[in-house]
Amino acid sequence: MTEPRHIPIQVPVLARVEGEGTLELRVHDGVIEDLRLRIFEPPRMFEKLLEGREYSEVPDMVARICGICPVAYQMSAVHAIESILGVEPGPWVRNMRRVFYCGEWIQSHSLHIHMLAAPDLLGYSSVVEMARKFSEEVRRGLRLQALGNDIIRLLGARSVHPVGARVGGFHHAPKPKQVNLLLEKLHAALPDAEDLLRWTASLELPSDDQDFICVALRHAREYPMNEGRLVSSHGLDIPADQFETRFAEQQVPHSTALHCLLDGSPYLVGPLARLNLNFDHLPDSIRTLVDNLGIGFPSRNMHHSVVARAIEIVFAIREAIRLLEAYREPQLAYVNTMPRAGTGVGCTEAPRGILWHRYELGAEGLVIRARIVPPTSQNQSRMEDDLRQSLQSFGLNQHEDALRHFGERVIRNYDPCISCATHFLDLRISRQGS
Amino acid sequence: MADKPKVAVHKFASCDGCQLAFLNLGEDLLTLAQMVDIVHFAEAGPVNPEAAVDIAFIEGSISMPEDLERIRRIRANTRFLVTIGACATAGGLQALRNFANADEWVASIYARPEYIQSLSTSTPIAQHVKADLEIWGCPVNGRQVLAAVRSLLSGVSPWLEKDKVCMECKRQHNVCVMVAKDIPCMGPVTRSGCGAICPSFGRDCYACYGPAENPNTVALTQRLEGLGLVPEAVARRFHFITAAAPAFAEAGLRGGNMPHD
Ligand code: SF4
Ligand code: SF4
Repeated sequence: MTEPRHIPIQVPVLARVEGEGTLELRVHDGVIEDLRLRIFEPPRMFEKLLEGREYSEVPDMVARICGICPVAYQMSAVHAIESILGVEPGPWVRNMRRVFYCGEWIQSHSLHIHMLAAPDLLGYSSVVEMARKFSEEVRRGLRLQALGNDIIRLLGARSVHPVGARVGGFHHAPKPKQVNLLLEKLHAALPDAEDLLRWTASLELPSDDQDFICVALRHAREYPMNEGRLVSSHGLDIPADQFETRFAEQQVPHSTALHCLLDGSPYLVGPLARLNLNFDHLPDSIRTLVDNLGIGFPSRNMHHSVVARAIEIVFAIREAIRLLEAYREPQLAYVNTMPRAGTGVGCTEAPRGILWHRYELGAEGLVIRARIVPPTSQNQSRMEDDLRQSLQSFGLNQHEDALRHFGERVIRNYDPCISCATHFLDLRISRQGS
Repeated sequence: MADKPKVAVHKFASCDGCQLAFLNLGEDLLTLAQMVDIVHFAEAGPVNPEAAVDIAFIEGSISMPEDLERIRRIRANTRFLVTIGACATAGGLQALRNFANADEWVASIYARPEYIQSLSTSTPIAQHVKADLEIWGCPVNGRQVLAAVRSLLSGVSPWLEKDKVCMECKRQHNVCVMVAKDIPCMGPVTRSGCGAICPSFGRDCYACYGPAENPNTVALTQRLEGLGLVPEAVARRFHFITAAAPAFAEAGLRGGNMPHD
């Protein structure tokens, strides 16, 4: 073949991905010449929308960046702002923020496993189709997703764009009676979660080891959620406020989005990276459970992401139980704050990986500048690397449908959340120039 | 199968949160899938954007030049068109750009702004095509979307919440946060439907369900100023999640210059 085989995998929209994107391939003599993961998400320009708003408005605004991980946006924002205002909300708030985050991990991971990933692995086009054969598995997934939402509701009144979080803590403290009701549900769900974990580990996952850099937060004692240093599998270890010294977002003409690179290299964030770097901080009981599955972590097989999500569901349920069993109703669910000028950074572990925020506030408490680096833009380069490698070994002479299906699967495995892209590009226009 | 009514869910500029009203239905999602044929719902699986359907749900606002053509095709292919959420119904939070210079914004965020093709405004669906039903909320909830499916398919005209959040607070015997705690609350002008969850949590309503019918924004502006808010702060209250809804757009412009102008 001398003619380049141009394979525009023009999936008009990528199914089962939150947000919309397309993948474009150019193959020459059986080698990928160009590969583009295009993102359709219209720019919503959140960083600019935030300018001139008061710090107290930020948590409710940034939630709207992503309906699937609003808690993560609220948490990165409140931590960044509190560091500017110099407030320390204390242990009750700290623990409840962890519980809040457990809810989001459970909700988001269950949604991904059951609605997005499992249909792929089992050969169905949607969860509804899959439910005909795998009724119990799907129902178990829906129950877990609902449990995650229940946790978020305890502290946030609703699960999408919850209204409970504020700078300084929470607007409202739940009554012990509500906490106890939720505890019952959490205990009852543990067997479901452990069954789910064993089930994901029993799925036939391709073995495809690749080389990649993992990046996650790391805390001195805990599995990371709201706090920690930024570490990598290749020796990075810096405080979150030094992010910009090593990580840079780049606008690449051949690419679709601002790609974030670590010292110029692609890297992975998200459940697999988190687990690979923090396995030793899981409780013993969960480590034993995982050891019995026969999958060794750290793992270099991206397909183990689905297992990593299930492990984090089990962990999040146990963690919520641990924290809620010690629950005491506080006098006040927040500390008062006063405006102060300064710059502050917040970095937390969203379901899809580290979510980094930086705000600059003026003396009146109004936002002067905001910068948000979501997980999906960080995984963007890694996804393209993965696609290049795995499509090449899958075989580029395959039928277009097979290539498309395979490519979608690879992308979906990262659980990309394209709505989170605070600044994705539309490169359909850039082609004019190339 | 062929006889079942067909439903599509389309996405424009949005956070995906309103689609979750479907995906968070739990067991009801499986029931819904038995009642109707979900032919297009990219986030959940089926992709067939051009299919003729009975109900097309639209999430998100119009913000890109090609959105205009896409929404017209969707309209031509559906019997009923239902907008879900603040983005689709009022332009969403991103409509704050309508009050600013969007081109400058793009230039300041992106090193190569020529790659970005975006309209300078974010506008509601009904500004471009006819909407048969507009559901407010950021996000809408499952009860609202299920009720819409049921009433449209049975030929009953859908029931719409038009009350004010204050009414919902009264029904729930909430303590009024404005009266009791001097917290500036948007409840008096905001549409009900959420269950008054913010005042139940002891905080202000920030109007995520948009303007109620006949909102008295002038009276609320005076009240908020009486509570010590400067005109810019009052303007920010109106110019928030549903800034482009006419009643709020106007009240916000009346209240003072937006700091992001
Ligand atoms: S209305 Fe709110 S929840 Fe719905 S898509 Fe828009 S931002 Fe998301
Ligand atoms: S009380 Fe107001 S801000 Fe809160 S959810 Fe209801 S409409 Fe939205």
